[in-house]
Amino acid sequence: MGYSLEEKKYSKILDLTKVKPYGDTLNDGKVQISFTLPVPLNEKGEACAKELALKMGLTDPLVAHAKALDDEFSFYIVYGNIIHTVNYQEMHVETLETNKLEMHEIEDYIKTHIKREIIVLGASTGSDAHTVGIDAIMNMKGYAGHYGLERYQGIRAYNLGSQVENEVFVQKAIELNADVLLVSQTVTQKDIHINNLTNLIEILEAEGIRKDLIVICGGPRISHELAKELGYDAGFGVKKFAEDVAYFFTTELVKRNLV
Amino acid sequence: MSKLNLNWDIVKEARIHAKNIAKDVQKFIDLHTTVSVERTVCRLLGIDGINDFDIPLPNVVVDHVKENGNLGLGICYYIGNAMLETGLSPQEIAEKIAALEIDITKLPKNDIANIKAVLQPVVGQSLAIIKANRKKRQEYYVKYGKKVGPEIYVIVATGNIYEDITQAVAASKQGADIIAVIRSTGQSLLDFVPYGATTEGFGGTYATQKNFKLMRKALDDVSEELGRYIKLVNYASGLCMPEISAMGALERLDVMLNDSLYGILFRDINMKRTFVDQYFSRIINSYAGIIINTGEDNYLTTSDAIEEAHTVLSSQFINEQFALLAYLPEELQGLGHAFEINPEIENGFLYELAQAQMAREIFPKAPLKYMPPTKFKTGNIFKGHIQDALFNVITIMTNQKIHLLGMLTEAIHTPFMSDRALAIENASYIFKTMKDISGEITYKADGIVQKRASDVLVKANNLLAEIESIGMFETLEKGVFARIKRPANGGKGLENVFQKEQGYFNLVQEAMIAELKGV
Repeated sequence: MGYSLEEKKYSKILDLTKVKPYGDTLNDGKVQISFTLPVPLNEKGEACAKELALKMGLTDPLVAHAKALDDEFSFYIVYGNIIHTVNYQEMHVETLETNKLEMHEIEDYIKTHIKREIIVLGASTGSDAHTVGIDAIMNMKGYAGHYGLERYQGIRAYNLGSQVENEVFVQKAIELNADVLLVSQTVTQKDIHINNLTNLIEILEAEGIRKDLIVICGGPRISHELAKELGYDAGFGVKKFAEDVAYFFTTELVKRNLV
Repeated sequence: MSKLNLNWDIVKEARIHAKNIAKDVQKFIDLHTTVSVERTVCRLLGIDGINDFDIPLPNVVVDHVKENGNLGLGICYYIGNAMLETGLSPQEIAEKIAALEIDITKLPKNDIANIKAVLQPVVGQSLAIIKANRKKRQEYYVKYGKKVGPEIYVIVATGNIYEDITQAVAASKQGADIIAVIRSTGQSLLDFVPYGATTEGFGGTYATQKNFKLMRKALDDVSEELGRYIKLVNYASGLCMPEISAMGALERLDVMLNDSLYGILFRDINMKRTFVDQYFSRIINSYAGIIINTGEDNYLTTSDAIEEAHTVLSSQFINEQFALLAYLPEELQGLGHAFEINPEIENGFLYELAQAQMAREIFPKAPLKYMPPTKFKTGNIFKGHIQDALFNVITIMTNQKIHLLGMLTEAIHTPFMSDRALAIENASYIFKTMKDISGEITYKADGIVQKRASDVLVKANNLLAEIESIGMFETLEKGVFARIKRPANGGKGLENVFQKEQGYFNLVQEAMIAELKGV
């Protein structure tokens, strides 16, 4: 490939209503994509990869690398310039108020504003066997230097582990008089997490206790927006730690007057 | 020669502690049986198929005896007795039970010697199939040679056995040596084994005998095409450990995940149930020449890889002794560990090196199973690919054997065909360019690596001494492993553990042990 000696004709102005990817020059629109096609690796396969890139809105697609994965499968790494732009100024996203409190500040907040122990129940529900997510938030030790909820004064945390049925989870919530439910979902194949998460809300509503609880879901593929859509109070994805979750539910308890 | 200057007296001590721990649990095992043990016997007496409600016939037969008779006598007794009374085969008897045409607990009782005599040839038939499979595998090794160096292990997990086959064949051609078909999420908690070819699963594909057969056939074909024997892996774990081992033995699987401790800690399976299941399961694996893989690597997904490294080593010692008690030789003990130290930690690579080299030296004959980084994968595929490269480097520097490839897209999705291809390319490159590095290096006396290994060994030995003094059950109740606490009478499956009655016998197990002991 080498250095491009072509004259660069891109606009030198950053227009926030028409934002494009940045390769090495403003507005060059450079992107890299990779995919596999269920066809043999040959000139025809490569031409198909290029055509597909064009249809995706890439001009001057370059198949930088192509490799046979089997007789009938070929893999491509393609670079190109995307024609599309986005309007940054008008972009609307659903976001959570960012937490600025540390563990001890949250503990103080509980002491002064809630004045009792908050009961938090967490589980990886349904058939999901992964505990990494819920453990990261709840375990004493926490994750990446962020202590889990079990360590917080003023929070009584119960981690029910994995593969907890929604019915059992709700039963336990009633039994322990929970304030907050944390649901972790890691497996997302065929949208199994959507069904499972929806089902939990349905059960809570049927039991008539949805409004008394703060219900939060989390997992690598969960966004706050998705969580709201499914009837949760909040959703936490990657790079969120115990203090983010704790900040949300402590302030939310106060806001909703559930103290 | 030890590169780590390990204190072999401590290693010896640790082994003695582990042996006593395992023997103590074995006392409990010897007095008990479970529904899955008895269903396994059914399968090895040739009972297969399902009833009109899709319930497997081994379940139908065992539940029938559980409800109407005394399972503590063992299913052999009832089936053998029914064979004498009816002149039917075990399969025909099972079908009659399913059709509610017979109650085998109410038949006249025959002499035990006669019952055993009528069962003997039926048991012999199944054992002959398993032995033939073992022989066939051996013939492949003779024909194509055994892989020298690390064996590249990848997983397929589409949920559809036919799609899995497409991916497994492609991966084999790309250079994989071992293919694992990940099970559908939740199968470990089913107290039965699903039946037939399956095309729906979550996060994996159901382990069924038919699926085993289909995949084995596809891998045999590609093995012959490539002139390399491709090994097949599944999971003899969960509530059906011995049944799945039996199915694997009948369909020539080569490796089985097989670890009670994993089931107890990560699937909340009752410890009593699963220790009994594991014992028979390991006997079958040994008889079939199946390598077992243990699950110590998983401890580090919930606890810290630096602070808890000694629990991994302790568990390896214990798993080794459990395996030996089940007549499973060291050559089939794929003890597990993992590359899970936080990449932000200074000299983390050196600690990984110490742990891997230590496992290699302490278990010299074991085909160690080394697991890739997962916990600190972020979705940054470019960094992920480097984390995997460092993991690959450790394997070739320390001669690990069963090398489970990391995927650059870990934490994003189940692997694409291309993810696997890139991972294989990464590992193959490193294994080639660094092929003989382990023979070229030594570690500095009292350097970081040697000191780390020595510390972990001492801590593991202390922990084993403690476990020996309080016993395995209480150890698990206290949450020593993976920081997960499990009550001895909690978890799933305890209600299906039965005390053996006077006169209990399991002819399949006896026959296997007799041969394994060389009697």
